[in-house]
Amino acid sequence: MHVQIMQLHGGRVQMKVYLDNGASTMADKRAVKAMLPCFTKIYGNPSSLHTFGADARKAVDSSREVIAKKINADINEIIFTSGGTESDNTAIIGAAKANNDKGDHIITTKIEHKAVLNAFKYLEKKGFKTTYLNVDKEGLIDLDELKKAIIDKTILVSVMHANNEIGTIQNIRGIGKICREKNVILHTDTVQSFTKVPINVKDDFIDLASFSSHKIHGPKGVGALFIRSGVKIKPLLHGGGHEFNLRAGTENVPGIVGFAKAAELCNSEANEKMKKLRDYMIEKIKKIPNAKINGSLEKRLVNNINVSFKGIEGEAILTLLNEAGVAVSTGSACHSKNLQPSHVLKSIKTPDNYIQGSIRITVSRFTTKKEADYAVKNLKIIVKKLTEMSPLG
Amino acid sequence: MDEYSKKVMALFKNPKNMGEVKNADGAGEAGNPVCGDVMRITIKVKDGRLADIKFKTMGCVAAIASSSMITELAKGKTIQEAMDITNMDVAKELGGLPNIKMHCSKLAADALRLAINDYQKRKKR
Repeated sequence: MHVQIMQLHGGRVQMKVYLDNGASTMADKRAVKAMLPCFTKIYGNPSSLHTFGADARKAVDSSREVIAKKINADINEIIFTSGGTESDNTAIIGAAKANNDKGDHIITTKIEHKAVLNAFKYLEKKGFKTTYLNVDKEGLIDLDELKKAIIDKTILVSVMHANNEIGTIQNIRGIGKICREKNVILHTDTVQSFTKVPINVKDDFIDLASFSSHKIHGPKGVGALFIRSGVKIKPLLHGGGHEFNLRAGTENVPGIVGFAKAAELCNSEANEKMKKLRDYMIEKIKKIPNAKINGSLEKRLVNNINVSFKGIEGEAILTLLNEAGVAVSTGSACHSKNLQPSHVLKSIKTPDNYIQGSIRITVSRFTTKKEADYAVKNLKIIVKKLTEMSPLG
Repeated sequence: MDEYSKKVMALFKNPKNMGEVKNADGAGEAGNPVCGDVMRITIKVKDGRLADIKFKTMGCVAAIASSSMITELAKGKTIQEAMDITNMDVAKELGGLPNIKMHCSKLAADALRLAINDYQKRKKR
């Protein structure tokens, strides 16, 4: 994609390789192009009754249809939000508060994104009782544990579809079946899995699902929430009656249009391409001494690689990779704001001497084999250098 | 990475005195279980001075730069002078460290002191 090749002193060639697509992606040019008329031509307020407003309304509604179709939802079951965090918060806090008359117990997992975990922490302070489900070594929850955790007072279960750090994909249909049988609302955070793993809200028994645009080559600042018809939600924002009275605030028309276009552009062909590249890289990375792939090899997002190197530290790896022009992320404690290692790697019981040396590589459909080769080649050199430096190496 | 000084980045990329002193007179290892850093310093003493000093470190950018800096500060110093090097000296010479990374400089000072203690213990035997 945006391969910038720079000629450095001494004739060394350096590439710039973006392998942090789990954090954010480059917007697809076609999505950006679709957005542009919304700034200067279709700039009316979708709530206005005149033609300017009606044009904007049409743009929002056809975008809504695109997202709905992708997940087999009805059009009026999709609301647009400012992104994954708002969708998670609206779903969890909104459903918990709206259904508090039925109970006060809510369930999630230990490996959720902070947008879910901190919404749960907030609800704890408001008096809700919480259960955090364990995961196995691959990052999968145990359906029997879920069954046992659901009690009469349980009103909501929130399980992420695919994990943002290790890419593990949960058996969402199995989870949905249990929740539907027990008459408990199921929310799933599909921020990482949307367009990469098929989602069918009807067949998978999903009641609420969160989506984000900027993880799928759309613009930042926009996302969506699926709310199954009949599921009660208390809105977070109070204002006008936008988005079926569930999300006040004038719609982000350009963002919504860009998001829908980006979603349209994702397809199984792109997923196949990412999967091939991921497996190609995993094969090479596995051969680096002291490497250990974290998570599941089968039930894994097509774009995710999470690897630990024994006896070295992730921030050091990340920094040297960055010097070489390669962008990744790490679950190391040294790199976090609270000096705590990744809660996900801890939950899958990654040994201490591996947990600090973890990096996450996330490819996109624009990543090339040449970029992958360049990244792995540099990773190998860097791991060797840091291992030689380590007293544990 | 922007929070690191130029000096920290330079030493991280090209650390000085990395390795292990052969037939060391003293060795010290300090670790921080919270952050997962481990530092090992080995020393050679001649005529009451640190004739040679090397480090091996598992750790982040700040930990590696701190290790390198303390070896540079201690090399050639008398035992007492070396004992007096504080983590603040290390941080200062590095052009400062982010607050959250100050413990890395402490680790370096601890590892050096432990190496000297080890040398003194061995001498008594």
